[in-house]
Amino acid sequence: MTADVIAVSEVTPERFQPLQERGQRAVFCGLTSIIWLHRKIQDAFFLVVGSRTCAHLIQSAAGVMIFAEPRFGTAVLGDRDLAGMADCHDELDRVVAQVLARRPELKSIFLVGSCPSEVIKLDLDNAAGRLGREYEGQVRFVSFSGSGIETTFTQGEDNCLASLASDLPEDTTSEERLLVVGTVPDIVEDQFRRLFSQLGIEHVDFFPGSQSTDLPAVGGNTKLLLAQPFLGETLRALEGRGATLLPAPFPLGAEGSEAWFRAAANAYGVTVEKQQAVLQPPLQRAKAALGKYHSELSGKSFSMLPDSQLEIPLARFLARECGMTPKEVGTPYFDARVMAEEVPLLPSGVDWVEGQDLDPALDRVRATRPDLTVCGLGIANPLEAEGLRTKWSIELLFTPIQGFEQAGDLAELFARPLRRERALEVGSWS
Amino acid sequence: MELTLWTYEGPPHVGAIRVAASMRGVHLVLHAPQGDTYADLLFTMIERDGKRPPVTYTTFQARDLGASTAEKFLNTLQAAYDHHKPSLLLVADSCTAELLQDQPGTLAETAGLPVPVVPLEMAAYSRKENWGASETFYHLVRAVLSAQRNAEEKPRDDGSSNRRRTVNLLGPTKLGFRCRDDIQEIQRLLQSVGIGVNVVAPLDADIHDISRIPEADANVCLYPEVALTTCTWLERNFGQPVIRTVPLGFGATQDFLAELAGVLQVDISAEAVADCRLPWYSRSVDSTYLTGKRVFVFGDGMHAMTCARVAQQEMGFEVVGLGTYSREMAREVRAVAKELGIEALITDDHMVVEQAVSELRPELVLGTQMERHIAKRLGIGCAVISTPAHVQDYPARFSPQMGVEGANVLFDTWVHPLIMGLEEHLLHMFRDDFEFNDHAAPSHLSHGEGTLMAVEDTNVVALEGVHWEDGAEKELKKIPFFVRGKAKRNTERYAEEHGLTAIDIETLYEAKAHYSR
Repeated sequence: MTADVIAVSEVTPERFQPLQERGQRAVFCGLTSIIWLHRKIQDAFFLVVGSRTCAHLIQSAAGVMIFAEPRFGTAVLGDRDLAGMADCHDELDRVVAQVLARRPELKSIFLVGSCPSEVIKLDLDNAAGRLGREYEGQVRFVSFSGSGIETTFTQGEDNCLASLASDLPEDTTSEERLLVVGTVPDIVEDQFRRLFSQLGIEHVDFFPGSQSTDLPAVGGNTKLLLAQPFLGETLRALEGRGATLLPAPFPLGAEGSEAWFRAAANAYGVTVEKQQAVLQPPLQRAKAALGKYHSELSGKSFSMLPDSQLEIPLARFLARECGMTPKEVGTPYFDARVMAEEVPLLPSGVDWVEGQDLDPALDRVRATRPDLTVCGLGIANPLEAEGLRTKWSIELLFTPIQGFEQAGDLAELFARPLRRERALEVGSWS
Repeated sequence: MELTLWTYEGPPHVGAIRVAASMRGVHLVLHAPQGDTYADLLFTMIERDGKRPPVTYTTFQARDLGASTAEKFLNTLQAAYDHHKPSLLLVADSCTAELLQDQPGTLAETAGLPVPVVPLEMAAYSRKENWGASETFYHLVRAVLSAQRNAEEKPRDDGSSNRRRTVNLLGPTKLGFRCRDDIQEIQRLLQSVGIGVNVVAPLDADIHDISRIPEADANVCLYPEVALTTCTWLERNFGQPVIRTVPLGFGATQDFLAELAGVLQVDISAEAVADCRLPWYSRSVDSTYLTGKRVFVFGDGMHAMTCARVAQQEMGFEVVGLGTYSREMAREVRAVAKELGIEALITDDHMVVEQAVSELRPELVLGTQMERHIAKRLGIGCAVISTPAHVQDYPARFSPQMGVEGANVLFDTWVHPLIMGLEEHLLHMFRDDFEFNDHAAPSHLSHGEGTLMAVEDTNVVALEGVHWEDGAEKELKKIPFFVRGKAKRNTERYAEEHGLTAIDIETLYEAKAHYSR
């Protein structure tokens, strides 16, 4: 018997058909994912093969250069490489040796493709294979593309995990395994593990984990739960290894977290009583935490510019659990499969946009003047200067926001700019 | 291929964006893939700009590669013109677009837009940000003035006339180091000596301002990394002399005024700099403790050279290291270093800089955001003097580096990370006191922000092959900590040079006598 299903919104859009927009985009490229991936996978180095722009992007997007010697870097292509005066593969071998001489403790090196390396068709898969043989038994080499011509922002993680998927060991046991897919902060991982364990779900792996040498096994008995909404390629790669997706909304907010855990619990045949016993206490805590924000957020309107792929589940959370009114919600691309359980929960009367054309999109924000605009770092201050409140979106990737215990923190991220407006008696804010 | 962990400069097209963003009515169309739009946040987050930089990116994707990227460029160009209606368009490739060879400059020139279009070649695989800014400024000025170049040159008066002399202030840009405040300070200084400012560019200039550049009597090359190419071209084509002294520091400000007086043939009173407090603050007895403080200086070429002079001549420090990441300025920086009796460090690899800092063990680092991190890691005080800089180096208060007030700001900013003079004496006097000793951090620095002691004391291990005997080591600890490191180094050097393998108390005092001046 199944547990409570989420009451599907009475105003469920019949068909979810976002407006397609083409034009200037204002999103990071997939290289940006390295900023959180390298914090999560602690024995790996991310070596971008690209240009000075790539190096500058990562250090600028990271905000501050807080890590004296980071576990990421760029092999910057020069004129000599492009003119064919230097053999790119020899050069790459030399740079890799340089990295390993500095950091002999590294267990994995990710060779990350960029726009220039894609355009000159530098074969990093081949390079990873060659280097993998050379450093056999010491260092694993994996390649993926984070290039802007192929990926936006969070798709870098998708490509990284998809490319690791083929390296996962084959599960030869007959036990059921649960694989939670997508980078979540350690504190969230620990909370999730405790709840799974209380539900009696065993053999739970998180992908990626903190050690690249400790890869989870995958096979026909593996069930997948997506913790992040941008992992379409990874999903397909894992399905190719025999794993099955447990359809669920994403664990954002009380409602999303409950549905996410129930999807796993139902698949594992956990009784309703046990589900109630385990999930009710954190669910009630999350609802209580959210309740505190209701008066601040309820009735406020918001728009989202396309950025991280988190837009759709976040819009669902803000509309259903915080009482906010979405005006326009943009997302870089729409993956119907990944979003299948989110779409029925979305409110109607929203202008959904897939893709971007920056100037007209900004004009629409200026015309509708939402109470809050969720957007990238480059756009936030200009909108503030026009008297619009903003929430910069990259924080949604760097802050623990998933799960019951973070539901209140997630609401806080949106409430703070509004509270600040009420607090300040200076400046142009009306 | 070159392994880069952190980079001092962005790619050249970021320099082009800096010039466009500094000006009014100028728009840049950049042929670039998505992702390159990150450059917006440099302006809106680091400098807290209230508007997006005036740049439209084509943001082509893989599916556009091939014939359609050129078409995408033309569509973007037209849309950008229609939406922003600039009075001049700059057109450039980012690194990826350079590989596609769509020739956006040629495409744009044939697009029939009713405003001037200036194509830029950014050489992304060999050049960097400051070069890109310099090229952009040069091509823009040249494009605007080329129509006027052959026009009748305005006769300039000789020195006997009472006509008010004017200069242009060239080179300040967005994301430069304290440009906004430097310009304000230099304008005030020039006004006080009766010299007018004709045009400031690129910062806050429009195309009309650019067209008026030739009306000034001379060009002040305030930021040579950005303006020298343009100033040289203006000198050759419009006969405008270049004022090359950058007025950063008290002495340099005096020299700057002297150069102006000579070039413009006007009298400038020494009173103009009389209210600068740096000279007196530096002579005040409390500043005696600054004498010979070992300082490491690194930054862009101009800031590194000018700050080295201030450090040595105006603060009484000893400059033990000087370097720059601006390869374009390497020759000049080498010459300044040579005068200081040291060898310049020309590198854009921050790991090499870190190595140099840890070997030289300075007591103060004057550098960029990178050196701030290096110094913090090594427990050395640091002041930021140059880009790349972070948001805290774009302060709300007026905080110039140049001119009279700039010299005052330098004094305050550089002294702050050091232990105060009196505090240092007290620390010495009470060094054996259980709670007030030489392991205590100066009161104005929080824990972990570090002191030089951390560096000195972690270095109890002697040079290879030289052994400190117990007695000598105890004696060494009695030496005030602020000279202890130097005493230790000198003693070890003395021991090494005299073939000694063990250092006893005798060796310590023989070395002291040997090195005393």
